[in-house]
Amino acid sequence: MTMIDTPITGPIKGPEGPEHHPDHHEHHAHHASPTPIGFWIYLMSDCIIFGTLFATYAVLGNGFAGGPGPKDLFEPGFVFIETAFLLFSSITFGMGMLRADKGDVSGLLRWLGITAVFGLLFIGMELYEFRHLIHIGAGPDRSAFLSSFFLLVGTHGLHVTFGLVWMATLAAQLKWKGGLNEANSRRLGTLSMFWHFLDLIWIGVFSFVYLVRLI
Amino acid sequence: MSDHSHSSGSHGTFGSLMTGFGLAGVLTLIPFGLVMFDPGWSRNLMIGLIMGLGGLQVLVHLVYFLHLNSSSEEGWTLSATIFAIVILVIVLAGSLWVMHNMNVNMMPMTDGNMGGVPDLPAAGSGHGGHE
Repeated sequence: MTMIDTPITGPIKGPEGPEHHPDHHEHHAHHASPTPIGFWIYLMSDCIIFGTLFATYAVLGNGFAGGPGPKDLFEPGFVFIETAFLLFSSITFGMGMLRADKGDVSGLLRWLGITAVFGLLFIGMELYEFRHLIHIGAGPDRSAFLSSFFLLVGTHGLHVTFGLVWMATLAAQLKWKGGLNEANSRRLGTLSMFWHFLDLIWIGVFSFVYLVRLI
Repeated sequence: MSDHSHSSGSHGTFGSLMTGFGLAGVLTLIPFGLVMFDPGWSRNLMIGLIMGLGGLQVLVHLVYFLHLNSSSEEGWTLSATIFAIVILVIVLAGSLWVMHNMNVNMMPMTDGNMGGVPDLPAAGSGHGGHE
């Protein structure tokens, strides 16, 4: 079955060029893209990956092997600043989405830039913490507790890093590849979900990995 | 910023973003405050509070930042989320349950004999391996 229910009058598709899917315009104008739900299902599977890593930390978290424990290593003030940076980056991304809703590309790029700065500060603090821990002999090879700690927090950090790479790519696309067209809006929407999701996972990290071990 | 009236729905409004920010901020500050300025409450109460507030904050993020509701994508988003939560509960509770059982039923280990083959002092006192 073809989509063409109008009299065939020659090439009716793709007036804007080869990047556009031809049958997305007239006939499917109200049909939503399947990308958001698909990406959400990806996020839920990612959530289960993090769940298994949290379970690993829960099981191995007391295996100190005579090495240092959470109270020797974790500093709540440090984690609080990390947490604040990531929460701020979520808010600034939300501000950017509001600019995007208004079609304001330069405003969106400004907020994405601020978001990236907060993200980089977060990653910088995490790398500093990892480097410090390894330097004082509390690296992932020290005990089961530290292996599971580095695995869980490191996996989250890798996600944030790839989120930043994606953000830089998308900023370039927004600036030079058609602004807020359909494809870029879709990418922006999925990156927004990804970024907020990482902040959500971090709630579990600061509560369960850091704070409850410091009581 | 006075842009809170007519945005296109799916990404929320300035008002809902700030509500989420306020709630998330408070729900972050309280657990950190509890740990950094120890009020001297019991350990179990503190753990319950921190995990409970964390769970609340997850809900705040889902509603105000990820805009999860029962109508988006005809309910499939919410279905996928609930399915993921069921799997998470099974994985987390199951792991803790199984590993706790194993720890309880295994022969006692101290730092001294960790990893070595323990020789039991008296065969009659074994209270571990019964099934």
